[in-house]
Amino acid sequence: MSFRSLLLAGACAFAAFPAASPAAAQTIYPIDNAAILVGSMFDLKVEFAGLANPAATRVTINGVDHAQLFGKAAGFIEKEDGKDQSAVLLRDVAITTPGKYVVRATDGTNAKEVTWEVYDTPERMAKNVILFIGDGMTLAHRTAARMLAKGITEGKFHGRLSFDRFPYTALVSTSGVESIVTDSANSAHAYTTGHKSSNNALGVYAARNANTLDHPKVETLGSLAKRVGDMAVGVVTNTEIEDATPASMVAHTRRRSDYDDIVRMFLDAKPDVMMGGGAANFLPKSTPGSRRKDEVDYIAKFKEAGYVVATDDAEMKAAGAASPAKLLGLFNLGNMDGALDRRFLKGGTVKRFPNQPDLTDQVKVALQLLSRNEKGFMLMVESGMIDKYTHSLDMERAVYDTILLDNAVKAAMDWVGDRNDTLIIVVADHSHPIGIVGTVNDDMSGPAPTGSLRDKVGVYEKAGFPNYPKPDAEGYPDRVDVSRRLAIFSAGYPDYYETFRPKLDNPNVPTSAGPAPSTYVANEAYAKSPGALLLTGTLPNSVNADVHSAEDVILSAIGPGAEQFRGSIDNTDVFRYIVNALALGRKK
Amino acid sequence: MRRREFCIGAFSALPLLRAAPGWAEQARLNFSELYEGGSVLGLKYTQRLLSLKDKTVAMKGFMAPPLKAEADFFVLTREPVSLCPFCSTDAEWPTDIVVIYLKRAMPPMRFSDQLEVTGRLEIGSKTDLETGFVSQIRLVESQVVRA
Repeated sequence: MSFRSLLLAGACAFAAFPAASPAAAQTIYPIDNAAILVGSMFDLKVEFAGLANPAATRVTINGVDHAQLFGKAAGFIEKEDGKDQSAVLLRDVAITTPGKYVVRATDGTNAKEVTWEVYDTPERMAKNVILFIGDGMTLAHRTAARMLAKGITEGKFHGRLSFDRFPYTALVSTSGVESIVTDSANSAHAYTTGHKSSNNALGVYAARNANTLDHPKVETLGSLAKRVGDMAVGVVTNTEIEDATPASMVAHTRRRSDYDDIVRMFLDAKPDVMMGGGAANFLPKSTPGSRRKDEVDYIAKFKEAGYVVATDDAEMKAAGAASPAKLLGLFNLGNMDGALDRRFLKGGTVKRFPNQPDLTDQVKVALQLLSRNEKGFMLMVESGMIDKYTHSLDMERAVYDTILLDNAVKAAMDWVGDRNDTLIIVVADHSHPIGIVGTVNDDMSGPAPTGSLRDKVGVYEKAGFPNYPKPDAEGYPDRVDVSRRLAIFSAGYPDYYETFRPKLDNPNVPTSAGPAPSTYVANEAYAKSPGALLLTGTLPNSVNADVHSAEDVILSAIGPGAEQFRGSIDNTDVFRYIVNALALGRKK
Repeated sequence: MRRREFCIGAFSALPLLRAAPGWAEQARLNFSELYEGGSVLGLKYTQRLLSLKDKTVAMKGFMAPPLKAEADFFVLTREPVSLCPFCSTDAEWPTDIVVIYLKRAMPPMRFSDQLEVTGRLEIGSKTDLETGFVSQIRLVESQVVRA
């Protein structure tokens, strides 16, 4: 967290400045209405619209110079990024007394005020917290997973998903600083820092810095659990470990795709357990399969740092039994394959990486290792392919990975058993505009068909019930190409061929690149699928897939501290209730 | 619908190239023959690939959207790519890609059309000087026709 700027030794009151700066007000980070955990680290930054005079610039907090509160003075950057714009920056500060803080910044001409709430945490409620994130999981996924995994007769389900039975439920609103619709970086950042930010940002406020790594930082849950709680930290996913949701436990960057940097941030943070895909950014660039831009071998670096590296299911389970100090599990170069491909269809990259573990087993091994820490652990588990398959309008794969999440949660419930020391939260990070409109019924007779399977979409009473085979012990039917299958459609989509059928060979790729730069057209590969219908998109042709949507998501919670989650809450409250449960506001 | 008609119209102006006689006799290389072995710590080139090093080979695949309109360099993929990794910061390239260096620069073909590329096979990590793009497998001095 170093910065190159002129450090003003205690001098914070400055004389008037010639009126060179425009009238636009300055921007203060953290932003207005920020809720900040007492003692958590953050960067204070004030951006002036134009050039400011250090002699006229003043930043006060509750009327007192900021240097008095923080014990050090901010640096003044006269020409930030070489432009005619000044800034004041103070890295790595914390406020140790709860309360309301009014921050006022002036350049001598214009002044701006923001208010922060610094909050304390109550007595510790839980020893451990497990935060399950079903990335992009909607009510449609959850209901469809229940239909397939449990079955339904005359309107009554034969059973419930593991997290359906959790006693506390909340609606979580997900919008960010700059938009009603959030991405997985911004939304995960809210869960892991308690601050609102902007799309693509992780662990930082989206300021105007040119360098994506220079933006003002806030502390992550991964850091707090270790620094304040002396707890073990685990990050488990089936996407790439550098992907936004898992990265939010450790990363600080304006650009979520800074994968090479995120790998370095993981090494710096040293979570006790890290598991997922994304090996490509750990390999030196000359190694086939690498996506790095340099020759650094991060597999070697993690080993030097004491990690045992597991690359498939057997190695992971052996590592679990051997109880190494730290475990890095990397099971695919890119995203791991979803449950439908791994277990049944063998599409995607399953033929190349046939021994990828199941998320359920990843969770079991993670719990085995993390639970050695007597002070507890903070574990994030992401079933991340729900989102990716939903983007590509591959609803069967998305539903199977929701069943996967159900199994992973059940594994955690089994591990907790009768103890009352672990808070388990299951939540999505954002929504998708999808719904179960009925079934596609191959056997339906009806009016003269248009030639597309559109005529066989059963709605209302014609939907009836799907006829997937009875699921196996883990809730997975062994076939998805049944004659009466769920019709799950998105309301926000590009031009694509709706085939009304599951994609049995490989995950769906609804669009291909269009003729104009950054435009997309329907992927002609599906034009010949019997009954396919070319749909004209509802979105601009710069969009290549289904998109996120701004609706609230559902949260389910069980265990000590779960009672905090009820009614309608903000996504930053999820962080707040976690740090409450772990009492991370306590002084170290 | 209008948008799709426009794309086809725009591309119909391109001359339809035909395979030159004799090209069919070149060794044919499939995308499934590039790498073997399932270790996430690095892929291995296949013996078949290594045996064709520095030889002229033909491959079928799809053009990924290039960096600029008139390019002497593009990425050939097994399936049409739905993302433009050059344009989008979030997009990633699939593992199985081959970088094509053309004998003569050409405007982009339709990205949904399968192409046949013939060129001399180069193997080993190389960073493109102009773009910084890292490749493992390349066809150089290549010619392209619609498959």
